[in-house]
Amino acid sequence: MTRMLRLRLNGREHRFEIQDNALLLNVIREEAELTGTKYACGIGECGACTVLLDGEPALSCLILAADAEGREVTTIEGIAAGGLADTQESLLEEGGVQCGFCTPGIVLVSEALLRENRAPTEYEIRETLKGNLCRCTGYTNIVKGIKAAADKRSKR
Amino acid sequence: MKDINSVNTRLVPVSFEYHCPESLEEALKLLGGQGGRVVVLAGGTDLLVKAKQRGVEPWAVVSIRKIPSLAHIEERSDGLHIGAAVRMIQLERSEAVRRFFPLLAEAVSAVGSVQIRDMATIGGNLCNASPAADGSVALLALDSTVFVASLAGTRSVILSKFFRGPGKTAIAPGELLAGVSVPYLPPHTGTAFARISRTDMDLAKVNVASSLTLDGGKVSRARVALGAVAPTVIRAAAAESVLVGGVPSDELLRKAGEEASKEARPITDVRSTAEYRRRLVSVLVRRTLVQALDRARGAIQ
Repeated sequence: MTRMLRLRLNGREHRFEIQDNALLLNVIREEAELTGTKYACGIGECGACTVLLDGEPALSCLILAADAEGREVTTIEGIAAGGLADTQESLLEEGGVQCGFCTPGIVLVSEALLRENRAPTEYEIRETLKGNLCRCTGYTNIVKGIKAAADKRSKR
Repeated sequence: MKDINSVNTRLVPVSFEYHCPESLEEALKLLGGQGGRVVVLAGGTDLLVKAKQRGVEPWAVVSIRKIPSLAHIEERSDGLHIGAAVRMIQLERSEAVRRFFPLLAEAVSAVGSVQIRDMATIGGNLCNASPAADGSVALLALDSTVFVASLAGTRSVILSKFFRGPGKTAIAPGELLAGVSVPYLPPHTGTAFARISRTDMDLAKVNVASSLTLDGGKVSRARVALGAVAPTVIRAAAAESVLVGGVPSDELLRKAGEEASKEARPITDVRSTAEYRRRLVSVLVRRTLVQALDRARGAIQ
């Protein structure tokens, strides 16, 4: 079955003709052509496909696109207008990015964390990153980057 | 079901019709049709992985996310009523859950990642009937009852009778899990949860939820629930009877742990060996009981 999907994607209304069994990931990458959202494990272990669904981190590889009807989806492309978000800048400054494949997911979970908790502890940051695998940096610099972003925000 | 490493997990290979009813009755009508090949979609974190492996090949999928009556946590006179579509993260953050059932808040916050807890529902956790489900172990130790709806009406099933084996529950075709009711704990009760897993993201090798109630210096009521050591989550009845009537001591709690270990029927699989699981049961049961006792004493002071 096909259907018309109404989606608010990065602040703009979109309409896509989709199959009922299409995943949100498929629509974001193949229909909207936003390839910042990555496919890796496909079973909810790695966090590379993370998006914000109504502001909360969710895995686009385990959500039917039809189930996102009428909801607000934010991908890495929608996180900052024009330039980079402060979380992205801090990750760069602290060396928390190497190949960059896991970075979109990590930026999105961090955004959600910092919106809710302005001064997260290292433990809270690590807890939040539990579902995002990185095979390059070893996490230390990622945690530093997120902490640095939180510190900068609290000074503003 | 195909091996997860041999399938393309980028897409769902099964074609189906998607429905998103806005009332329970409409959902039940949809579930009644098409000879049982209609499945309920809640958070999708288990169902869609299975569909990618062709472990489930539905003709139709009924999403329950827009059914208002399934989405609430409600304080009722006889206990806390939790709708089947309530997500793990909602339970974890709920004031009522944290106040009345810290055990449940503790258990669900141990599930997967932030993303998983944001999507997965308590109803899905129960219906998936994993013998290792953290939420199920806690709800079992809390004497919960589930409500199963069908077009004929709603029936209640005590949780210990709900699980029938790995992935198997008392839910018949055409029925839908509507919610779970958790009775309030007696005064002077302490609870605790523990789990051991290879990494935080893994399913538990063993998980344990315990509850102890004190009355006049003696244990008046005990609940010990075990996960990942039998075809379903189980209560350790012998361990509970060792505790009830006893004066709490290191010796008593250690004995309860040993009894629980004898009652466990673990297997060896990718996550652990039967031998290690059996040893873990006695350690984790004792550990949860020590903590539960502490908290029960705290509740008296």
